[in-house]
Amino acid sequence: MSWVGSSLRRKEDDRLVRGQGLFADDELGAGMLHLYILRSPYAHARILNIDTTAAEALPGVACVLTGKDILAHCDPFMQLGPSPCDKIRDLPLAIDKAIFQGEPVAAIAATSPALAMDAGQLIEIDYEMLDAVVDAGEALADKVILHEAAGTNRTWHGVYEYGDVEQAFRDAAHVVRIPRLHFHRYASTPVEGNACVAEWTRQGTVDFLCNNSFPGFAQQLLAPGLRLKVDQVRIRTHDIGGSFGNKIWNYVYMALAALASKKAGGRRVKWAELRTEHLLGSGHGNERTFLDTEVALDSKGVITAVRSRHIDDCGAYTRYEPLGCVIWSQVLPATYKLRNIRIDFTQAVTNKCPVVPNRGYSRMQQLWFMERVVDICAHELRIPADEMRLRNYITEFPYETPNGCVYDSGNYPAMLAKAKQLVDWDKWQKLQAAARAEGRLLGIGIGTTLDSGTNNFGQAQIMNPHLPFSGNAEVCTMRLDFDGALVICLGTGPSGQGHETATSQVVADEFGIDPSAVQVRSGFDTAWNTFVGHSGTYASQFAVTGLSAVYGACQKMKAEMRKLAAFLLKAPEDQIEFGSGAQGPEVRVRGTDKAMGYWQLSNVINNNNAMLDASLADVTLNIRHVYRPPFSVPDTKRKFGNLTLTYAAQLHIAVVEISRETSRAQILAYAAVDDCGTVINPKIVAGQVHGATSHGIGAALMESFNYDESGNLLTSTFSDYCPITSLNIPDIAYGSIQTPSPFSYNGAKGMGEGGGAPLHAISAAVQDALYESGVIVTGSHHSPPAIFAALQEPNRAHAVSVK
Amino acid sequence: MSTTEPIALVPVEVTVNGQWYRREVEPRLLLVQFLREELRLTGTHIGCDTTYCGACTVLLNGAPVKSCTVLAVQADGSEILTVEGLEQDGKLHPLQTAFSEHHGLQCGYCTPGMLMSAHALLAANPEPSSKDIRKAIQGNLCRCTGYQNIFKAIEAAATELRGKG
Ligand code: FES
Ligand code: FES
Repeated sequence: MSWVGSSLRRKEDDRLVRGQGLFADDELGAGMLHLYILRSPYAHARILNIDTTAAEALPGVACVLTGKDILAHCDPFMQLGPSPCDKIRDLPLAIDKAIFQGEPVAAIAATSPALAMDAGQLIEIDYEMLDAVVDAGEALADKVILHEAAGTNRTWHGVYEYGDVEQAFRDAAHVVRIPRLHFHRYASTPVEGNACVAEWTRQGTVDFLCNNSFPGFAQQLLAPGLRLKVDQVRIRTHDIGGSFGNKIWNYVYMALAALASKKAGGRRVKWAELRTEHLLGSGHGNERTFLDTEVALDSKGVITAVRSRHIDDCGAYTRYEPLGCVIWSQVLPATYKLRNIRIDFTQAVTNKCPVVPNRGYSRMQQLWFMERVVDICAHELRIPADEMRLRNYITEFPYETPNGCVYDSGNYPAMLAKAKQLVDWDKWQKLQAAARAEGRLLGIGIGTTLDSGTNNFGQAQIMNPHLPFSGNAEVCTMRLDFDGALVICLGTGPSGQGHETATSQVVADEFGIDPSAVQVRSGFDTAWNTFVGHSGTYASQFAVTGLSAVYGACQKMKAEMRKLAAFLLKAPEDQIEFGSGAQGPEVRVRGTDKAMGYWQLSNVINNNNAMLDASLADVTLNIRHVYRPPFSVPDTKRKFGNLTLTYAAQLHIAVVEISRETSRAQILAYAAVDDCGTVINPKIVAGQVHGATSHGIGAALMESFNYDESGNLLTSTFSDYCPITSLNIPDIAYGSIQTPSPFSYNGAKGMGEGGGAPLHAISAAVQDALYESGVIVTGSHHSPPAIFAALQEPNRAHAVSVK
Repeated sequence: MSTTEPIALVPVEVTVNGQWYRREVEPRLLLVQFLREELRLTGTHIGCDTTYCGACTVLLNGAPVKSCTVLAVQADGSEILTVEGLEQDGKLHPLQTAFSEHHGLQCGYCTPGMLMSAHALLAANPEPSSKDIRKAIQGNLCRCTGYQNIFKAIEAAATELRGKG
């Protein structure tokens, strides 16, 4: 039997259901200090004076940090972007000016969290309020400038042009114009906030226990920021309470805790973020506006060209950005076969919380845009929604997109058919007709999306040609332990994705043993584990990048074990086979009863090696394997190249009814079909689909970071932000198809991000419900106020035109 | 409130998971902090500051409470059950087993609170409808699972517990 493909119960669960996980905030210790961060109440304000005297005098306060300490002990964090991003001064505390509401301005380390908070209230800060700019389009006018040294709010601009766009428009049977679409700001907000314990050690190094989800990268940013060498920064993680990308840039706060520890004489300092702090200042998803979109179609409704102008709002600092200005192009044409595309892409900073890669990062915005385009065109040309998709889907694989990405495999029509069956399409078509006859607003929407996995970091060079990043990699180390267990460490640092379990399944199959004989060490440690700069859990990379490293390590380990066993059992290597015997995992000579248990092999190498001869000098039973996907550096001038290895797909169908009384969109039926190639653990895959679906439904119907024009965040607590609960989530009819990837050893495709399908499907369903009322859906957030406003002033006359 | 005066400590006695404890605490100390920091029972988690997420749910004299919204001093004299107390004689509670069997947890951060809310539900209502289940955990946020498998797990545990009668 094969373990891969089975719904093996997760190994992680044993500790987690007992409440015995080790999350960063669970680290306790005598004498530990607690950090409280004082944050700017204003979106844009000059800091005139900070008086910390009273706070410092409070018994129990170990130290107070302000901009002065930061300048003395810290250098600005590297920004990835080209000029003017390099002029952005990004530090753990604002120095002379705060540029978003919630930006840290001072920090206090004290003997208890409550005392640190008390001390925070004794700090007096004089601010001079400045005008804020909260709209990226307005920010580009540079009337209010955030980073004076940069001289502009524009952080990136580039044109992506492929095919012959002008010709396609000349040849078009129809041209549809959509002046403005807008993808709103939200985040997947894990239940565990950011947290870390930092210690500035006596050796002058820094030790972190934290929940950063991309520690290989964080280490490279933290070290120069703290004026240390990379190997002087030790980052450990253990259990992480969800990340969804949001925990990638908490290194800014880790630095603050480290500096507090330094100032407090090396005492350990814990920072555990409050929820309000998280919503104000831990990273939001990218907000994007799509302007002046024009779509060329032939007489059958096949889209032949799209041209458009996109403005991305990255909040106050760039940090991981402007990578998002390129990442979206992994899915440039979405699932559609058009070849002529021109997109003018600009990004700007605004006085809002900086953005962070959020589940579906940057691709989801592009996919939503393309889905709106297809959907609006279908309505305007009176082509049924399903038919419109079928006419436009890519159907041949592998498929090279106009910008050189290769979609490995897929079958979108089959997914559509399956989703229609799951949701009971024909029934809803009839119910919809009946509902409409009664004047009810019932809509059915399709969302097709991609989840591109294992990305080629070379695409960063399209954004900034000077960046020394390309390719991708992941590491697995494996050793045969004294007691015969295969002990494995990964560079991946998961946050709920079940890597310990999936890894055990792969290893068990390769060795023909039970997964219980495989021990996967959880967590990450830059001091003791091997890892690469790409190590981490992000961008749907585990099933291919992570498991390929595991698979490679298995092959190396088996080669060593085979060689050793052949020597000890006096048989040719090709007669050695692997499996399980009465005593557990063993190697044996084919067709004989000669066998050795794993612990015996390990014992020879580790305790009892005098009988070995020189030919076995290279056998250590301690393996390291690095998997590198086959990538080359993209052509940065043409913005052309293979940016991701695999393309999982999802197709969702939502049926919604909008109440004319409350303007609330209620989901009546929901189907989600997933294709991530070969499935390693069906239960884990379905769980990821459920999770991504609930983030998307929450975002489409409830969750939004709303700022007022002065840059005040109006949804800064869970009670205002309203993350989706058990009462709001519909039953999800889940199905899957499998089109194995030809590019991964196991046929799998990374799939954790989900591609934002619910946003596409719900926007389409709301569109379907409201089209007859003269409403064109131009936004991604469908809260009752948004729907009420749309119904009050139907926009079709100016939101779309057809020629 | 901010003060430079040291705060007088107040004694608190509680029984948690069958074990008696006495501590002297600041009157403003939250029950969740008391459990985590004073008693080192870190299975009870903190996920918000507005009583929304339920990661901190424990049973106080049998009733589910959000322990971030109860002061430790209010719990004086009471009996508390936390996630660490669910396992009996080395055997997982049927809810714990069901959550694992049905993949009702991913990161596991919400799980202790979910288990305690579900525990209270099944104690009061051994045969909950799917609506009852949704209602019982409406105050428990999960960002990983989309709740689908949590519903299934609670249903399965209810069936299992009824079988045991
Ligand atoms: S921590 Fe208690 S409800 Fe969120
Ligand atoms: S399992 Fe992660 S929040 Fe519920």
